[in-house]
Amino acid sequence: MSAKRINLTLKVWRQSAGEIIGSLKTYSASDISTDMSFLEMLDVVNENLIKNGEDPIAFDHDCREGICGMCGSVVNGRAHGHESNTTLCQLHMRHFSDGDTIVIEPWRAKPFKVIKDLVVDRSALDELIQAGGFISVNAGGAPDANAIPIARETAEAAFNAAACIGCGACIAACPNASAMLFVGAKVSHLSLLPQGKPEAKKRARQMVRKMKELGFGNCSNEAECEAECPKGISIREIARLNREFIKAEFS
Amino acid sequence: MTLDAKIPGGPLAQKWDRHRFELKLVNPANKKKFDIIVVGTGLAGASAAATLAELGYNVKNFCIQDSPRRAHSIAAQGGINAAKNYSNDGDSVWRLFYDTVKGGDFRAREANVYRLAQLSCNIIDHCVAQGIPFARDYGGLLDNRSFGGAQVSRTFYARGQTGQQLLLGAYSSLMRQAASGRVKIFPRRELMDLVVINGQARGIVVRNLINGQLESHDAHAVVLATGGYGNVFCLSTNAMSSNASAIFRAYQKGACLANPCFTQIHPTCIPVHGTYQSKLTLMSESLRNDGRVWVPKQPGDKRSADSIPEEQRDYYLEKKYPSFGNLVPRDVASRNAKEQCDLGKGVGETGLAVYLDFTDAIKRDGRDVVSSKYGNLFDMYEKITGDNPYETPMMIYPAVHYTMGGLWVDYNLMSTIDGLFVLGEANFSDHGANRLGASALMQGLADGYFIIPYTIGGYLAGTRFPAVDAGHEEFKNCEASVHQKTARLLKIKGKRTASDFHRELGLIMWDYCGMSRNETGLSKALGMIRKLKQEYWENVNIPGTGDEFNQSLERAGRVADFFEFGELMIVDALHRKESCGCHFNTAYQTEENEAKRDDENFAYVAAWEYAGSGSDPILHKEPLIFENVKLSQRSYK
Repeated sequence: MSAKRINLTLKVWRQSAGEIIGSLKTYSASDISTDMSFLEMLDVVNENLIKNGEDPIAFDHDCREGICGMCGSVVNGRAHGHESNTTLCQLHMRHFSDGDTIVIEPWRAKPFKVIKDLVVDRSALDELIQAGGFISVNAGGAPDANAIPIARETAEAAFNAAACIGCGACIAACPNASAMLFVGAKVSHLSLLPQGKPEAKKRARQMVRKMKELGFGNCSNEAECEAECPKGISIREIARLNREFIKAEFS
Repeated sequence: MTLDAKIPGGPLAQKWDRHRFELKLVNPANKKKFDIIVVGTGLAGASAAATLAELGYNVKNFCIQDSPRRAHSIAAQGGINAAKNYSNDGDSVWRLFYDTVKGGDFRAREANVYRLAQLSCNIIDHCVAQGIPFARDYGGLLDNRSFGGAQVSRTFYARGQTGQQLLLGAYSSLMRQAASGRVKIFPRRELMDLVVINGQARGIVVRNLINGQLESHDAHAVVLATGGYGNVFCLSTNAMSSNASAIFRAYQKGACLANPCFTQIHPTCIPVHGTYQSKLTLMSESLRNDGRVWVPKQPGDKRSADSIPEEQRDYYLEKKYPSFGNLVPRDVASRNAKEQCDLGKGVGETGLAVYLDFTDAIKRDGRDVVSSKYGNLFDMYEKITGDNPYETPMMIYPAVHYTMGGLWVDYNLMSTIDGLFVLGEANFSDHGANRLGASALMQGLADGYFIIPYTIGGYLAGTRFPAVDAGHEEFKNCEASVHQKTARLLKIKGKRTASDFHRELGLIMWDYCGMSRNETGLSKALGMIRKLKQEYWENVNIPGTGDEFNQSLERAGRVADFFEFGELMIVDALHRKESCGCHFNTAYQTEENEAKRDDENFAYVAAWEYAGSGSDPILHKEPLIFENVKLSQRSYK
């Protein structure tokens, strides 16, 4: 597809450090190619800010191919913007029109403190995994990889859950800042597989407990998380988490 | 300095067993008395940190991103090789070993590669036990596919996200150890210096990227798993924060850098489309299983793909290499794409692209089958380009992808600095002059899960350690020199941004030290880089201060090192007066335009020793001795 050039107005959340109060500031982004990714558009804006002696907009990003989970902002009220199944780095400017105004804000949730501008602290997600998002196996002791056949559909279902990139969009999108989709995805992935079953109960119980402890909210079935997940993870994973949790609590 | 690779004696197949028996052991009760620093949390770093902690060592693990799960191994798509022979097609440890040595154009160590092939089977076993959802067939057993440079199906995969799943497996093991307290994770830290005391690596100085403060950490040994240096080229398939600074600091402290000119240009990437572009995206090599590569026969043919009839299409790989066809190794595929475009047969707006066409596969197997194999890759392609590959052929072009060169290590993965170990892409060890597809994941995990846990024990058990902690004077000296360099960068306040310089450097490297090289071009590039480097230190503009979250400063420090690294790559490329694998010097080619090696004079590893700023580096040669494979001209016809 051939590229066009468009001009945009950006309203960007600027906050110089976590403890300082932030506000939205207006910038213009001109002569933007529609082939650019959203982050490349921000690069262009930042290059100009630096040349004009201003502080560039801080934002997290790394792989820029939608898999590392490092990027993410709320764009016009939507986590990762309005395109479905898309991370911010894979959102391309051809989905915007000349003259658009775009509001860009950081993930907002109690456990995600702002570090600077659009950059937030997501270490709570690592803490959730530490609470039980693993199979306890040391290197060296594994049986042959084909020793336990796993039905193709089971492996596929586990994969669908394991596709989570840990970006935090589900939490940012949830009115309660609940981490149920993130935890549900990990609990589903591991409890579906025979290797993960021995620890399934403990895992569900501990991860749910940790979620509460870290200040994430409860799930009230809004399904915003599923709508914004860039990897299309389904709220069925939450249902599976609930089943695993109930099994654990009542056995 | 003499390079001793410490390759164990005895027959090839028994070297690793023998070595493991000969290595000294650390008593289980004593392991907790040793502190080990691991820098990097990709496949190599995370697997090493987790496994060392499982053994009982105290591990400190550092990463540049906000979480260990984001290291760039996550982006590997296609798969991981293992000599399981589940496909019953004649694979064996020996064949994987042979394919890898041959694919690397006979510039890798036999003993290391053989060990890698042996360990490949253990990796798959361990990864399945960790819960990695590999692709399976209808009977519930693991499925395999083929990759370039091999005629057997030995590649295990998890859709097009194998790297992600393997990394999340290593990360989950790492998190388990973090919960147990045996690993302490330090995210958002960048290595600024390596601390060497009495000739031993004893710690590191890092910058806390949130507040800019420097932190000193001491240990008994340091493991670098900081990845490759592909971003010297600015545009590459690497992540934005991938950098060469950590291995360059080690080089400046006395670790030799081996074969830096061996850089791999991956044949199947989405072509460049604008000057603002920040990175290039790989389309997995697995696509070449079913996609057919072609260009118009007639140079300058600007018709759309669907209006070029079959007989006017040139399926140049199938024609030139009938036995491997579209699955020739990466270096061969890349050079051929460049050759076609240089002939004016390139397609797309820039003429720098070739088609990768799935029409025949869709006709043969149906859209659903093609979608189940490559669906996510097709979606990704459409997201980026706006074109639908089910309907129009993909356009692809080579891009910088992987660096075979890296810090020189011996059979124990220890560098020329005692106690400094180097794993994964950061070392030079296993891929020679060209890496085969699906071998990077294998090497990273072999290094981390199954090699370093033994070899580091041998070092710790056999070494005397003077008492050193982070209060030692040498840590203060290192911190002071980091402060000084940062202050110097911030003071320049020139007119151009670091990214602007980086782009210019990248273009020089791509034009003169890319897919093909020659002496005139390389010498010219060396002059250009030195001039640009000088301008950088006079005219770069870095906003903000060193005591805050400052992404511009992070970038500027990395770009400063890319200049130095680029120079070293060119010095290495100039000295190697032969062609081999990815190092293709146009002066040395066969009649069929393949790389022509000079085994008599260049069958060695070129390990460069730092000789101080402004002085030429010192070359050390580790001869490569081939006792088990016969050196031959690679042929994929």
